[in-house]
Amino acid sequence: MDRNAKLPETEGGTILFNTDPIIIKHHYEVDYLHSYAQDSPFFVGLTKGKLMGSHCTGCGRRYATPRGHCMECGEPTEWVEIPGEGRVHTFTTCHFGGEAFLKETPFTLVMVEFDGVDTLFLSRLIGAKPEEVKIGMPIRARFLRNCKFKPTDVYFVPM
Amino acid sequence: MRPVYMVSGGITKFAKALPQTDFRRMVKDAFDYALADLPRLSRDRIDGSVCSYFSDHFTRQLMAGAMVQDYLGLNPKPSRRVEGGGATGGLCFQSAWESVASGRMEVCLAMGFETMGRVNTWKGNEFIALASDTNFDYPVGGFYTGYYAMMVNRHMHEFGTTVEQMAKVAIKNHLNAVYNPYAQRPGRLTVEDVRAALMVAEPLTILDCCQMSDGAAVAILASEEMAQKLGGTPVRVTGVGSGTDAMRMADRPHGEVILLPHENREEYADLKYPGVHSFRGGRVAAQNAYRMAGINDPGQELDFVELHDAYTSSEIQTCEDLGLCRYGEGGSFVDSGAPFMPNLDYGLSFSGSGKWRPLPVNPSGGLLACGHPVGATGLMQAVFAFWQLQGTIEKHLKDATLQLPDPRRGLIHSHAGTGTYITVSIMERV
Repeated sequence: MDRNAKLPETEGGTILFNTDPIIIKHHYEVDYLHSYAQDSPFFVGLTKGKLMGSHCTGCGRRYATPRGHCMECGEPTEWVEIPGEGRVHTFTTCHFGGEAFLKETPFTLVMVEFDGVDTLFLSRLIGAKPEEVKIGMPIRARFLRNCKFKPTDVYFVPM
Repeated sequence: MRPVYMVSGGITKFAKALPQTDFRRMVKDAFDYALADLPRLSRDRIDGSVCSYFSDHFTRQLMAGAMVQDYLGLNPKPSRRVEGGGATGGLCFQSAWESVASGRMEVCLAMGFETMGRVNTWKGNEFIALASDTNFDYPVGGFYTGYYAMMVNRHMHEFGTTVEQMAKVAIKNHLNAVYNPYAQRPGRLTVEDVRAALMVAEPLTILDCCQMSDGAAVAILASEEMAQKLGGTPVRVTGVGSGTDAMRMADRPHGEVILLPHENREEYADLKYPGVHSFRGGRVAAQNAYRMAGINDPGQELDFVELHDAYTSSEIQTCEDLGLCRYGEGGSFVDSGAPFMPNLDYGLSFSGSGKWRPLPVNPSGGLLACGHPVGATGLMQAVFAFWQLQGTIEKHLKDATLQLPDPRRGLIHSHAGTGTYITVSIMERV
């Protein structure tokens, strides 16, 4: 046994914001091994310039945002290409956002409706000033050439 | 199921940040207030607890509920956490109700908190946005105010709702809160103030949105036998209901309205429902709670409502879901003056439409003005409703202004996501 055991000192310190009470900076970060799992073909579709939705094999319902099983009847869905042209169902221009998106503000969000599809698709709209965007306005999908495998690989522009 | 009563409640001041107290101490302060308010209720009479907090990210601590349980000296009694986004507090209240109604417990403590001031506002918005689909929604915008702005733009398109009507909701709730010392952001506003405020996501300005908050609240529920033993002025929980909808609002159906007993199919012949303008889960929650409480026409049979006004727009949407007015009439309902406190001067002139009887909505000031420490919010509503029905507003708020003259029945409503989990509970004077 070593009765004089001693921890080595380090040069590191703690960022302190306040002393009453003590408020310190606590950093937290994590890299996930995130799987898109059964939704993966949607992201593959983006690399090919295609919007892939879901078609229910049971009730025939069509989803613009994919899902492996139907929300209404529970049957499996099959992949179906969604038309690249739609209309603004609703929209907003965000002047603030979550921290990760602050640097991108202002940006315009749209919920897109498509003929023959039962649900909507959330995306960004560029190429129109906020005051130029209207519900019902025809818009079309464009795709990033250098894919990031994110839903933002597709975005919409006015037609 | 057996009858369940709320026997006591307590809350802390809600504030942007309360760095002097951690989450355990905040709940302890609210708990001690509730115990002090009902002298015969001692800690050993409590059979267990349910703890409510939304985000482990804000807490920076997993199993934080267990730490609250031990800080309150309730070990080794049973406890559990419930979580459901913005509706966490309402779900907690109903979970405690179930514990008593089932006979599992005689007295159950519902306790909730959130410590949102531990990160900056925009990081906080990011955490909240993680409660949207992180594959398809979060990466595109990652901002709840953006989602609600899209919903209200569609509501305006469908029904002609205006930004001025939304501003009147902000005026109402902020002025009510002037008389509530627990509130975070009381204020006297005009329509011009609200519209000239910082634009967050069009058309919602910063005064159309609730703030991030630190705070805690508790509600103590008991069986009839225990409520009698404990004395005080118990309030009966006569109805509970809850509902859900798709996480992604893009997936919501465009079908038929779910009707309440006082509505009929013909009046909604052309309405695609719920779309992104209405909350189907809120309608189902109300339907279930009304059925249990025996309410047929909520506009006539409720005396006040404390609802989840995270946005001025969502108060208008929710008044419709709860059947206080018809779908599409939420804006006119505000214009009529019906949801305003009859004894306050808001600096507004009302339409004078006699279509609706006075039915104060968010007499406390709601989330907009009281704040929204998520896990505490649904319990804060229970506490204010409890004091309102007890007739003890003056005692607890040190001001009688917000005390309604003869309230017999109130509704509390807690809401998550873009309408993803919603609870409605009915409370009645005994």
